[in-house]
Amino acid sequence: MEEMDAISTNSLTLGYGEAKIIEELDLAIPKGEITVFIGSNGCGKSTLLRSLARLLKPQKGSIVLDGNEIAHMPTKKIARNLAILPQSPTAPEGLTVLQLVKQGRYPYQNWLQQWSNEDENAVISALQATGMSELAERKVDSLSGGQRQRAWIAMTLAQDTDIILLDEPTTYLDMTHQIDILDLLYDLNQTEHRTIVMVLHDLNLACRYADHIVAIQDKQIYKQGEPDEIITPELVHAVFGLRCQVTCDPICGTPLCVPFSKGRHLKGVNHGKSLVR
Amino acid sequence: MIKSSWTKWIGLIIGVLLIIVFMWASVILGLTKISTQMVFDSFYQFDGSNEHIIIQDTRIPRALIAGAVGASLAIAGAIMQGLTNNPLASPSVFGVNAGASFLVVVGISFFGITSLGTLKWLAFLGALITVVIVYVLGSLGRDGITPIKLTLAGAAIAALFSSLTQGVLTLNEQALDQVLFWLAGSVQGRELELLTSVFPYFLTGWLCAIIIGRQMNVLSMGDDVAKGLGQRTLLVRIFGAVLVILLAGGAVAVAGPIGFIGIVIPHIARWLVGIDYRWIIPYSGVLGALLLLFADIGARYIIMPSEVPVGVMTAFIGTPFFIYIARRGINE
Amino acid sequence: MSKYIPVRLGKISFLLEKRSLVLFVSLFVLMAILIVISLGLGQMKISPLNVVRSILGIGTEMEQLVVLSFRMPRILMAAIAGIGLALSGAILQGIIRNPLASPDIIGITGGAAFTTVGFLAWFSDRSNTLTVSISWLPLASLSGAIIMGLLVYFLAWNKQGITPIRLVLIGVGLSATVQALTTMTMLLGPIFTASRANIWITGSVNGTNWSEVVTVIPWMMVSILILFIFTRRLNIQELGEELATNAGGLVQKDRFVLLLLSTALAGGAVAFAGGIGFVGLMAPHMARKLVGSAFGVLLPVSGLIGGIIVLLADLIARTAFAPLEVPAGVLTSAIGAPYFIYLLYQSGKK
Repeated sequence: MEEMDAISTNSLTLGYGEAKIIEELDLAIPKGEITVFIGSNGCGKSTLLRSLARLLKPQKGSIVLDGNEIAHMPTKKIARNLAILPQSPTAPEGLTVLQLVKQGRYPYQNWLQQWSNEDENAVISALQATGMSELAERKVDSLSGGQRQRAWIAMTLAQDTDIILLDEPTTYLDMTHQIDILDLLYDLNQTEHRTIVMVLHDLNLACRYADHIVAIQDKQIYKQGEPDEIITPELVHAVFGLRCQVTCDPICGTPLCVPFSKGRHLKGVNHGKSLVR
Repeated sequence: MIKSSWTKWIGLIIGVLLIIVFMWASVILGLTKISTQMVFDSFYQFDGSNEHIIIQDTRIPRALIAGAVGASLAIAGAIMQGLTNNPLASPSVFGVNAGASFLVVVGISFFGITSLGTLKWLAFLGALITVVIVYVLGSLGRDGITPIKLTLAGAAIAALFSSLTQGVLTLNEQALDQVLFWLAGSVQGRELELLTSVFPYFLTGWLCAIIIGRQMNVLSMGDDVAKGLGQRTLLVRIFGAVLVILLAGGAVAVAGPIGFIGIVIPHIARWLVGIDYRWIIPYSGVLGALLLLFADIGARYIIMPSEVPVGVMTAFIGTPFFIYIARRGINE
Repeated sequence: MSKYIPVRLGKISFLLEKRSLVLFVSLFVLMAILIVISLGLGQMKISPLNVVRSILGIGTEMEQLVVLSFRMPRILMAAIAGIGLALSGAILQGIIRNPLASPDIIGITGGAAFTTVGFLAWFSDRSNTLTVSISWLPLASLSGAIIMGLLVYFLAWNKQGITPIRLVLIGVGLSATVQALTTMTMLLGPIFTASRANIWITGSVNGTNWSEVVTVIPWMMVSILILFIFTRRLNIQELGEELATNAGGLVQKDRFVLLLLSTALAGGAVAFAGGIGFVGLMAPHMARKLVGSAFGVLLPVSGLIGGIIVLLADLIARTAFAPLEVPAGVLTSAIGAPYFIYLLYQSGKK
């Protein structure tokens, strides 16, 4: 079983001082799949993701990557296995896309070896995979939101890791670009078999793209598994405090959550009756 | 902006040559006119004449000190701006100069310390204390370090130390007379020994600064990204802070608090060579040396026969620039 | 609602919080007691009872002379300067939305210092005597403060108005510049002027006379009156630009008036008492700890705390090291340092 997991945690406790955000959490991220963390605001899903990428030290418990505890691994070695894209990162003013992507090679470089052939190839293929080759000389701050996010993803790709963590990669993007970025990540997962772990706000998009959903509630995992199996009105109510119906996504066939709310009601719709698949 | 890397090298070489020219100008220009011939004579056929003594004891030390101090302050500023992501960070704005000066003034006026070696350590200690306080004060609160908090913390500490310095001086008029010129920031009338005793620290600071350029490039993308790329960011910050303490503390020990070089020069360097700290740092060093040499030569001509402290000159040159940057704004 | 007392007098209506009222009254009493004690201490000790008798005009002639003519002016000046600086700091902290803003840091005090030193240096002849009356000195300081305040404001101005961050940055930059100018002026003048100027910069109420007190009081009263009219707008300022506009504030115009008020208060204080440091920073901060951040209460409480700080500083300055007289500003700065450390300690606990 151990080999099936990309990352796993053992009774992980996270928090700041007295305030605990995650408590005694055991989690296994399956290799080669897309895992999505969901949960209400402030439930600790971003905190959990950050701790997996050792941006936050656990108060208790451990995180295991490739059979090694990350607390005991050299940070550059972790960076060669696992890349993280934080939420809305900012590039210094005037940085070009190429310069940004090149920084992704940092974990492979040292004082003597600053720019090898592998570095060059990794940067070129990262630019190609994200469709940023044309824009390589453009300044990052002159790009549109979607392009900018692609540039950052290119940087994490250049890091050439099996695992990529992304903290809400679609925030501040319009719907077109949200789909665009998630499709890109999906392709990376399908063609290069990279393990992708991300936090998403949109439950329906999460259901579409995730192989594995982890619902977090009250410092613990409320439920995890395939979206089709675990996304139920009960779960949505428990995790988000929202009453809804779960139906079938007319395009992908994945669960689609439709919330109850006030608003305009059209004639002939018998609301309240269950339309569960 | 200079794009290709070999033009950057050429620019750097031109800069170094210019430093030599400026130093030469610094030796021969001033109230006492000096010819190049006299400079050579003073080395090979020293005759004890007034001019020779001035060359050896005043002008040459002064030129060397101005170059070294200018370079150090500018590099310290570049490192601070990189580490804090704040375009206004510099030894003077963040109070490092004021902190170092305060301990030096306390040493001179309360304990009658005159030994250069001890004063040097006091300056380093003052710089260290300031860096720690400003950093902690600037990171108070939930949102961590933000440019505006850091700037205010620095300004508050600078104000604190300078008013404490004034307090010390009101109690001791004699010391006031002694340290006033030093306190205004000046490279005039300093003995060469002062520079030679600090020079090893300067040199270490310069070399290490060039080496950490690559790390600072990574750090400038933000803490999380840098950590994600496998950088030990805390280590880089501490290392950078130590360099700032060495460079700024050393500069204060030699020349007193000289403002504005640390803020202006890194911006000019960035404008010349872009955002790569591997280039910004050496360019800052060269340009800083040039600016202080230039300001020091200018300081001799404004109210001849007396001299304006060079710190006042740099303030005059730097203020319009500072206002320009501040008006352009920084990310809140 | 029992924590509040609603006051409704015709058209005027407001809420008073009981706790704040109690606090305000007790601080006021504390300040009065401090004034009485301070009046009694010095080379000639006078019991508090006799001090009160002297104030009422029924004390001995000698005591009345010491209390009313010698000590009263400087003690009142200390209180007034403290109030002015504290209010000025509270306003700036409101506009800039940062607890570290204060008139010293934004350059207002520095501007006053420069014109003061300039006055001493330029109007002195060779024998170090002033060529014009010393009574012009406060005017020189005040104009320095106001010019600086306006300069900071206009340099921070662009088409969209001023933003707090630009105000801070420009203030910090300009205060470094005037500091350089001040040092140069001190350096070029004789050392006698320098040392006198240095005492002024550090801040001292030594040698205040009644006519100065009488001059400063109307200035302060008017400023404070206008300030209380603007209190509500200061509350809104603290929300930040967008929310303040949303709440119906004329953000930019108010900012200008408030900055001017802040300058007037600090300028009035430093004109007579010199650059007493850190009161403008500490007092509002302490007040905030006591009563929270609603300016209706915060302002009066800050003012009183500021007055108390300077009174205490001056009392210690003139008695603790007798016969040596230390400028009060040395002590406020010396309190400022531990206060910063306290802030650090507080943050360490979080």
